[in-house]
Amino acid sequence: MALPVYADPLERLWYYTYHVICVAIFVFLISPILIVMPLSFNAEPYFTFTQKMLTFDPEGYSLRWYDLLLTHGMVAPDAPRDSSWWEDVWANAAWVKAAKNSVIIGFWSTIVATVLGTLAALGLSRSEMPYRRLIMAVLISPMIVPIIIIATGLFFFYSNPCSMLGFECGRLTSTYTGVVLAHATLGIPFVIITVTATLIGFDQSLSRAAASLGASPSRTFFKVVLPLILPGVISGALFAFVTSFDEVVAVLFIAGPDQQTIPRQMWNGIREAISPAILSVATILVLISIALLATVELLRRRSERIRGVTPQ
Amino acid sequence: MTDAYSQLTTADGRPLKAALAAAQARARRRAFLLVAPLLLFVVVTFILPIGQMLQRSVYHDGFSNSAPALGEWFSSHPDGSDFDESAYAALASDLALMKKDKTAGEAGTRINYTVPGTRSLFTSSARGADKLEPPYKEALLALDAKWGEPVIWQAMREASSPWTSDFYLIATDRQRTADGGIERVPENERIYLWLFGKTFILSGVITFLCLILAFPIAHLLATLPMSKSNLLMILVLLPFWTSLLVRTTSWIVLLQGQGVVNNILVSLGVIGDDGRITMIYNQTGTIIVMTHILLPFMVLPLYSVMRTIKPSYARAARSLGATSWTTFRRIYLPQTLPGIGAGALLTFILAVGYYITPALVGGADGQLISNLIQFHMSKSNWSLAAALSAMLLAGVLVLYWLYDRLVGIDKLKLG
Repeated sequence: MALPVYADPLERLWYYTYHVICVAIFVFLISPILIVMPLSFNAEPYFTFTQKMLTFDPEGYSLRWYDLLLTHGMVAPDAPRDSSWWEDVWANAAWVKAAKNSVIIGFWSTIVATVLGTLAALGLSRSEMPYRRLIMAVLISPMIVPIIIIATGLFFFYSNPCSMLGFECGRLTSTYTGVVLAHATLGIPFVIITVTATLIGFDQSLSRAAASLGASPSRTFFKVVLPLILPGVISGALFAFVTSFDEVVAVLFIAGPDQQTIPRQMWNGIREAISPAILSVATILVLISIALLATVELLRRRSERIRGVTPQ
Repeated sequence: MTDAYSQLTTADGRPLKAALAAAQARARRRAFLLVAPLLLFVVVTFILPIGQMLQRSVYHDGFSNSAPALGEWFSSHPDGSDFDESAYAALASDLALMKKDKTAGEAGTRINYTVPGTRSLFTSSARGADKLEPPYKEALLALDAKWGEPVIWQAMREASSPWTSDFYLIATDRQRTADGGIERVPENERIYLWLFGKTFILSGVITFLCLILAFPIAHLLATLPMSKSNLLMILVLLPFWTSLLVRTTSWIVLLQGQGVVNNILVSLGVIGDDGRITMIYNQTGTIIVMTHILLPFMVLPLYSVMRTIKPSYARAARSLGATSWTTFRRIYLPQTLPGIGAGALLTFILAVGYYITPALVGGADGQLISNLIQFHMSKSNWSLAAALSAMLLAGVLVLYWLYDRLVGIDKLKLG
């Protein structure tokens, strides 16, 4: 937005003020995310910049908090760092365990959410779909309903999943299955939203053409539809994964000690003794989200290109 | 003509109309079958659990299970009957049963919800219940004079059926009077409606702050050339993709007493070292952090609406002599209203049910209704938690319905 030539001095002043305001808002948005990165290299157990850090003295910086991520929870953290030390890290370190759990739970819940969500989005984007609006509202609702209500509901439901049928059949609390199912439910709205958005630009005559050439519905889907909507499906899957990877309330309510995830560990860290180790985890998570954001942006552009939508 | 039309047939001799209807029904069935697995999944893992949990808000069998004799007495004696010897006999036999089954605590807890401080009445009376001799009225009153209080009898009458509206009464700061009426609790005990009000007001404040902050940058993003605005958009989307706990942690680092912001202010001499501002672990903290977290949800819908506003309207207004302020107020702002509505509603809906941020940075006065629900859950006061959940859910669903009406759920976009 360039300043028009007819602008009077007051408007010129406002023009510059406006840009200063915008810069300030962008700083507000981004500074909390950037601030954790340098602080995670703090040599002292403080949450603020020390004098040594501000003068860029190498002594002010260290990797001790990253090291703590590996050693915390180990059986023998002071042993020489050979292969058995690394085995100890892999098997016992609390944050490594949490990372493994997060990835396992995230992976399976993403699979469930993406497969079911993509199928449903295909149905929802057909004009013949009955009760389209109502069903869509129901499927998006896990994003809208307060998480505490969902977690509370799941807590009771999982402690005896068959109670509605009138008998006992084990429980889903403190199981991986329980957490995966809960996270899949929370990820579904994101898959539905991204995939239906991709399908809006999808040319239905392509699948009719495939059918008229004798392809079965499943062949049409895998050979024609899926390659075209794949960027949208992958974006949806990434959203679902991030949702699971960042979810803590359901985990608090239904997971047991074996299903501790990274957010759960962070929650403990923030509520109890907040140590700079949290900042090193935060830094790693920010780097992961930068990578995910870049992937989603590339996918979006690719999707626009292959669907022939010009970016406006 | 109509005859000729109705006689049109397909190649295999069926009337065209019937064939079309059959084909359409088939298409509808196919579309539905694609959605069915997910719908079933969501119903089983989401809707039924929530429904089952909400049922607890009107169902509590802690007392009715352990007091069968009183239940019978209450059903045969209508409201207002005298509590004579037969009532006390029923009470004595139930107390003896509670001692036998060790359910006095459970029954007492149920009554305790409506008449605080009565749990011990049940546990202590049940301890000596099997030694009670008739006349039971005198014996029980000798044990504890509280047994003569009509409020307790009224509470037991209500609790003798597992289906109850008691928890909604508590959740709306009301109580039963001794004669069966309903009144508001004393002013200093009214907490729930007040917290609902506070949650809505704070969400309103946060939504407003988001709007104020989102409007300029959405406008900038919408008017810049695509290449530049895509670059700046990253600054909006990166927070969106960053873990909520990471953002909350960062804000703690920034805002706490020895945090970055206070240190900068002290080193600049704006405040003294002893005058550090408390910006976190209170209501201010909740507002700042939630505004930051929800800001992208406001920017994105605003941006997508502003992108479609043609600059020629504003230019036309200017050329017709409007000042820049009038142009903004009369021409630009009205065109952004759909974006403002969509963003504000979404932000408000998400803010009302927020749990994590208030729990971590809210301190004592920055807690919202979700945190209170969690508190009652942790105290095993499940029915009250369910009643509060039901009320919160009802509010959110009304807003969600409004959003669908005004904006349309299929317009929801992420990035």
